Amino acid sequence: MIRTVALFPTVGMVGAIVITATAGDILTASAMRQIGDLDVIRNQRGLSGAALSVITNGRFGLGVLFLALSFFSLLYGLNHRDLSLIGPAATSLTFVSNAVAARIFLRENVDHRRWAAALFVCIGVALLAF
Amino acid sequence: MTLRRYLILALVTLTAAFGDTCLARGMKAFPPVSLSHPQALIHAIVSPWILAGIVLLTGFFASYLTALSFADLTYVLPATSMGYVIMTILARFWLHEHVSPGRWLGLLFITAGVGFVARGPSYTETDSVLPVLRPELEEVVS
Repeated sequence: MIRTVALFPTVGMVGAIVITATAGDILTASAMRQIGDLDVIRNQRGLSGAALSVITNGRFGLGVLFLALSFFSLLYGLNHRDLSLIGPAATSLTFVSNAVAARIFLRENVDHRRWAAALFVCIGVALLAF
Repeated sequence: MTLRRYLILALVTLTAAFGDTCLARGMKAFPPVSLSHPQALIHAIVSPWILAGIVLLTGFFASYLTALSFADLTYVLPATSMGYVIMTILARFWLHEHVSPGRWLGLLFITAGVGFVARGPSYTETDSVLPVLRPELEEVVS
């Protein structure tokens, strides 16, 4: 019973980190796709022009906000649970959730090769806890 | 994928691994920081190792954003996860941390995962999030 009670907050903490990190990654990737190839922009407008095009993009700002929320969720999780549990669990699950979200929201071609890559990296990161 | 783009992916991997290792090296010199006294972290920021870590992680974010501007998220994330392998090797041989057999097995899985994406296409052309600054695509749409 005690283990069951302790399980739910842990799932909630890991879930909060994974959801906010995925939202941040997807929004940031979407912003960079919307902006275009930074090498091309830098050639046309210089380094400051490329930096300005990123900073002034609303989707990028929202992405950074979610990444900051993910960081604070991680800090909260680390304050209540061990790093060896929260770190690998959140990082490995984020690889899979990013693959699912990128397919749905960014319409990326997530073929069997990329699914395998996400799953192998997910398992590998989880094993780093041992 | 050009050589320059592979170099940017390598830069993402190396700056993340060395940045995190520098932070770890710097924080080991300080006593444990309590959340009730967060001001102790301010002293940590002026440490040369922590400063080096912050500079490297700033470089990581810049190169990560550049990589996302020419490659898919589902390509960049696994491709740059070699950083975990480099970080563990640095932790073992530079910071002299113990690395268990389970962790070495984890590194094998990560390396295999990187191998899966390395030979595949890096970018999906879609019109769902059209890059607004690409004139040739804007012409096609209009």
